[in-house]
Amino acid sequence: MADLLELTPEGLYCRQGDFYVDPWRRVPRAVVTHAHADHARPGCDRYLCAARGKLVLRERIGGAAPIDTLRFGESISINGVTVSFHSAGHVLGSAQVRIEHAGVAWVVTGDYKLQADPTCDPFEHVEADVFVTESTFGLPIYRWAEPETVAAAINAWWRENQAAGRTSVILAYALGKAQRIAALVDPSIGPIVAHGAVMKMVRAYRDSGVRLPPIDGVPPRARRVGDGRALVIAPPSVAGSRWLRLFGETRVAPASGWMTVRGIRRRRGCERGFILSDHADFPGLLTAIEASRARRVLVTHGASESLARLLRERGFDAAPLATRFTGEPPPDGEGDAPPADEGDERDPDIADGAAA
Amino acid sequence: MKAFASLYWRLDATTSTTEKLAALTDYFHAAPDDDAACAVRLLSGGRQSRGVSTTLLRQWASEAAGIPLWLLEECYAQVGDLAETLALVLPGGAPPAATDGRGLAAWIRDTIEPLRDADDARKQEIVRDAWRRLGPEERIVWHKLITGGCRVGVSRTLVAKALAEVAGIDAAVMTHRLMGGIGDADDYRRLFSPEATEADSQRPYPFFLASALDEPAESLGPATEWQVEWKWDGARVQIVRRGGGCAVWTRGEELATDSFPEIAADAAALPAGTVLDGELLAAREGALLGFAALSRRIGRRRATKKVLADIPCVFVAYDLLEDSGHDIRGLPLGERRRRLEAVGLPVFPSGDARLQLSPRLDADTWADLAAARATARDRGVEGLMLKRLSSPYGTGRTRGDWWKWKTEPLEIDAVLLYAQAGHGRRAGLHSDYTLGVWHDGRLVTIAKAYSGLTDAEIVEVDRIVRATTLEKHGPVRICSPTLVFQLAFEGVSRSTRHKAGVAVRFPRIVRWRRDKQPADANSLADLVALIDAAASPGAVP
Repeated sequence: MADLLELTPEGLYCRQGDFYVDPWRRVPRAVVTHAHADHARPGCDRYLCAARGKLVLRERIGGAAPIDTLRFGESISINGVTVSFHSAGHVLGSAQVRIEHAGVAWVVTGDYKLQADPTCDPFEHVEADVFVTESTFGLPIYRWAEPETVAAAINAWWRENQAAGRTSVILAYALGKAQRIAALVDPSIGPIVAHGAVMKMVRAYRDSGVRLPPIDGVPPRARRVGDGRALVIAPPSVAGSRWLRLFGETRVAPASGWMTVRGIRRRRGCERGFILSDHADFPGLLTAIEASRARRVLVTHGASESLARLLRERGFDAAPLATRFTGEPPPDGEGDAPPADEGDERDPDIADGAAA
Repeated sequence: MKAFASLYWRLDATTSTTEKLAALTDYFHAAPDDDAACAVRLLSGGRQSRGVSTTLLRQWASEAAGIPLWLLEECYAQVGDLAETLALVLPGGAPPAATDGRGLAAWIRDTIEPLRDADDARKQEIVRDAWRRLGPEERIVWHKLITGGCRVGVSRTLVAKALAEVAGIDAAVMTHRLMGGIGDADDYRRLFSPEATEADSQRPYPFFLASALDEPAESLGPATEWQVEWKWDGARVQIVRRGGGCAVWTRGEELATDSFPEIAADAAALPAGTVLDGELLAAREGALLGFAALSRRIGRRRATKKVLADIPCVFVAYDLLEDSGHDIRGLPLGERRRRLEAVGLPVFPSGDARLQLSPRLDADTWADLAAARATARDRGVEGLMLKRLSSPYGTGRTRGDWWKWKTEPLEIDAVLLYAQAGHGRRAGLHSDYTLGVWHDGRLVTIAKAYSGLTDAEIVEVDRIVRATTLEKHGPVRICSPTLVFQLAFEGVSRSTRHKAGVAVRFPRIVRWRRDKQPADANSLADLVALIDAAASPGAVP
């Protein structure tokens, strides 16, 4: 029997249903797991995503192409193939796509995490015959602390900087991580300020019904912002840019799963980094894979080769799958990217670095 | 251990010298003497002898983590630091409040020294017990201790400065007292003595180090203001002759008296209160035997009769630091040299005299000196040393008065064949390269090299390496040959240990030749021609 999904130059294609999942080229019909740039490209004729993610996706792809939606758990038939979305817990509206045809079910996870996140729906375990999983942090060195522990560390750092009159700047993806941090920190410490790219997504989150603490944008043509009390949330591409000078003396810390590795922290020149990720850690990946009860596992972006090998040793029929998803690329190559200024239209997720 | 681990992480977290100094003084103020003595030793680059192989540690850690060994190796390739990799994969450590309260000295005594003589089963018990008692961040530091090194970006000078501040004495005095190392708490307490101590008597002076000359020599002003010597390819040492004793100290502050007994015996005849700075060379009848020969002597704690006969050594003196018991480092070099010559050593090469004088090559013009420098490789020396005649003997590597003017390196264009993930701040990036040249229509590997590219270039090369990988062998990737690098090296010789039959010395990448294709790279025959062009080693200067 033919596979339900195959790798084509346009992306993962379901021949039976004639649609693509997270295509990387323009196609007639795109089924999209979530709005990050490596999964949702503008220019397709028609999109299908989880209802919770519609506003965020529209903000990202722009244009007027129709976006159809399904609630989590609801299913439709596309050319006789049953398609449903199940929360992936990665960012607002992120979904696993379940595809079923002739009694065989495939699940494409997109990006996902098992940790709690106040700004999006929790991960749902979905059973499948074939489980197509991400593996951004698929090495056993990646094991996340509880988000509350990280939040406490950020709060303490923010207070410490505040006491010294320095603005605290957290580098985080504009879509997802930024809103999660805003929701995790203690807003009674001081004002929360966000970069324009973050603010766009903050609006999309609020319009989607997510509650966030008060967040201030940076006024256009501002010369000086705040008095060293604020926590600024900005995309990683602002590191070392003129934009940061708006805040006077600053302390800058990225929030990313990659901060686990000291060499990467040092390469970024950061004295501080917070280990906070919207991807599953190593135990999380294994838990999700086990819970899927799938015999066959295809591993995409990240540590795909080693995770697939480990799964094979544990009795799965597992193989890497070479997609163009990057998940959260390791933070290199920023030196080449021009700094993003206010109003910059470049996608900070792409600007953040090279493909892994 | 907790205090030392938090010092380690405080030092690691900052690049500011002021903040590092503050971290060190805070630590030395609070630490018990025995812990502080260990800390000084470790921070000054002292190594614990490795009591357990990293192979065993990897094996035990992968067992404890429930992962296969190959996966631990993949993690290591990403992390680039074994101590950190082990700590990251191990199951959760003791919570901070519950970690063991023993100090650094006790930890070394109880968990590191016993490792050396224990059998593997006992070693494993010790290691597992330590893992249970330490928090994740302490584990990294402990792993660094048991695997033999604890570099954390502080210089000896900075350690001395911090101790001087705590002791309330001059930093130069402290630096001097630290020479020769700190053994135990008593040694540590003596650092704080307000007066000169007995143990001071055989200590060497901090070595003054030269910088590489990266400007044209003409920029140094008139050549006549400089004392010029050969840059010897040997081991830098000080001979300290005071009271009834005599000691040979290496630049690494190791006592090498027993490795070079014949030198020490002759030096004992120097007048008491003499300290010479110079170079140990392997040489027979004035003919240099090369650095490889000398390293066989350095590697031995005690020289046997056979090795003494096989590899005779001489000490060539080029500076006098103490004269008749007086520290004369503050005098201008010209005056120190006058006094050094008055000691009456014969000028090298002078047969088999153990102590000789490094000759002056002074000339009126830079052009004359450049001509002398051009002969250096043939003579088996590395180039010229330029020392300002008016300069005092400084400490550390202060730029301006002492320059190494090395011979121009040899260069070829070579092709990238394999790449391996780097360490430290290059962790996870493919930054260690194996390069090859053409031979019989194939590329043969000739050198491993990694320095010389900018961070941005390394990231770019990493991307190309990933995109052109043909095969992966653990952390090593075999790439299809697409990139050409200009490779510089100090020398090339025939070698039976290397596949290509040649060995290059100090290879490093000078630049990325984006303008060249692999077909444009050099051949093995070009390298062999360089060997034949150079005179045989052992030429008399």
